[in-house]
Amino acid sequence: MPEQKTVTLNMGPQHPSTHGVLRVLLELDGERVVKATPVVGYLHTGIEKTMESKLYYQALVCTDRMDYLAPMSNNLGYCLAVEKLMDIEVPEKVQWARVCLAELTRIKSHLVWLGTHSIDLGAMSMLLYTFRDRESIIDVYEACGGQRMMTSYIRIGGLAHELPVDFDKKVRRVVKQVNEGLVDYENLLTNNEIFINRTRNVAVISAEDAIAWSLSGPMLRGSGVKHDLRKANPYSGYENFDFEIAYGEKGDAYDRYLLRLKEMRQSLRIISQALDGMPEGPYRARVPGVVLPPKEDVLYKMESMIFHFKIITEGFKAPVGSVYQAIESPKGELGFLITGDGSNRPRRVRVRPPSFVNLASLPRLVEGGMFSDVVCAIGSIDIVLGEVDR
Amino acid sequence: MGIEEKIPDSIILTTLDKMVNWSHRRSMWPLGFGLACCAIEMMSTFAPHFDLARYGMEVMRPSPRQADLMIVAGRVSMKMAPVIKTLYEQMPNPKWVLAMGACASCGGVFNNYAILQGVDRIIPVDIYVPGCPPRPEQLMDGILKLYDKVDKESLKDKREDWGRRVG
Repeated sequence: MPEQKTVTLNMGPQHPSTHGVLRVLLELDGERVVKATPVVGYLHTGIEKTMESKLYYQALVCTDRMDYLAPMSNNLGYCLAVEKLMDIEVPEKVQWARVCLAELTRIKSHLVWLGTHSIDLGAMSMLLYTFRDRESIIDVYEACGGQRMMTSYIRIGGLAHELPVDFDKKVRRVVKQVNEGLVDYENLLTNNEIFINRTRNVAVISAEDAIAWSLSGPMLRGSGVKHDLRKANPYSGYENFDFEIAYGEKGDAYDRYLLRLKEMRQSLRIISQALDGMPEGPYRARVPGVVLPPKEDVLYKMESMIFHFKIITEGFKAPVGSVYQAIESPKGELGFLITGDGSNRPRRVRVRPPSFVNLASLPRLVEGGMFSDVVCAIGSIDIVLGEVDR
Repeated sequence: MGIEEKIPDSIILTTLDKMVNWSHRRSMWPLGFGLACCAIEMMSTFAPHFDLARYGMEVMRPSPRQADLMIVAGRVSMKMAPVIKTLYEQMPNPKWVLAMGACASCGGVFNNYAILQGVDRIIPVDIYVPGCPPRPEQLMDGILKLYDKVDKESLKDKREDWGRRVG
């Protein structure tokens, strides 16, 4: 009787379906996975450390580049945390606009996920459809911030500029297009036998395990745990909106796929409500010395210009103390812990990245399963390496 | 006048350099790998709306052994740098490198311990595309500029020596 041996296989960091530069060390017994070890750090950027050497305003641009599929959610999380530290109240219009943009970002992130996840499973044409609809959201980004991806449009105390004049029209076009697109996706995938066979009962995680591994976002709700920060701990005025949270039952990859589609529909609902009820008002809070004065004042009022100059060159001094602010990003709970030390730069910025925590459950999902399901598991976690490694 | 009149219409006279450059240019296959944010813009470039297939470049090869063009899309960390060098060395000659975005060109906003300050420190770069991230049009412009560069190449240049000259 020969001794049973396993084969160690290296997957990544350059691999088409690891969604970036993830590396997984797999120990295989034939086609079965005995052990899986994710190796992270190939995109370690030192973002947390870099933020310590920047002014509070400057550190904002680093947050865009963490979860680059959902830059505005990161902006929102960081700005809310700094506003909590500085005790800034933002105008109601800003809150509504932020909710609208954050939900657009959720759809944008889920569209990329849907496209790449389907490619991994063999549905090659999905990416073409999802990127078509994603371009319409990018048009809104571009109109707001002048950039296609890294807009840094959400700023401390408000927004970078007034909302563009055709914001309403553009966003309504997105709502219409994504609504039609979702029907296409469902027709292509939901009852597709190959897709169901590849995802049903694959990468299953039970509700108890999901809580024990402190998963969040679709990974947690896919197992049926009722937890969503937008309902559980509303921020930025989410309590004013009428929407439902989608849940899965079994916690397999197919459940998470259905859940994300439902989430996109709910996001469209929130966006429509935000557009209908968008209040009038200023696009930035008025806190002299902390929040930049509006541009029209900077051009005509001397005091505003002095404040503007001082904030840009020296920043503002934050009080001593720590705050933690978490938001429900498309991937899960994205938290920022910011410690101020009385100077104009943060002493420490710690990010609680949802992808990193969710990725830790990968061995749990794939061990004992088939080798080809590893790709499906990685895809259904929805990781983005910029956020995992930071 | 001359020899052109004596030969049939189906024959075209050209130089070997032109012929080789033409074929290099018309079927340049990029290596399909992304590092960070720029990779998403690179995907947009290959997706509808921008559609790089118009230049015969829609085939992303996942294996470096079948690729001609390496698009370094994103920031290169110290841990990733040796991997990128290996990938470059695995690509067969002739090969080209396009540094996409500020991070791959010079480190970008991340001037810190973790990020390589420009991928040209480890591999030779042919074209730099600025932007954070560059728009798809910018990437396409970079690729078209690279085509112009390929057109000027000659078989007499020893491209395989390039990699050794860079530290």
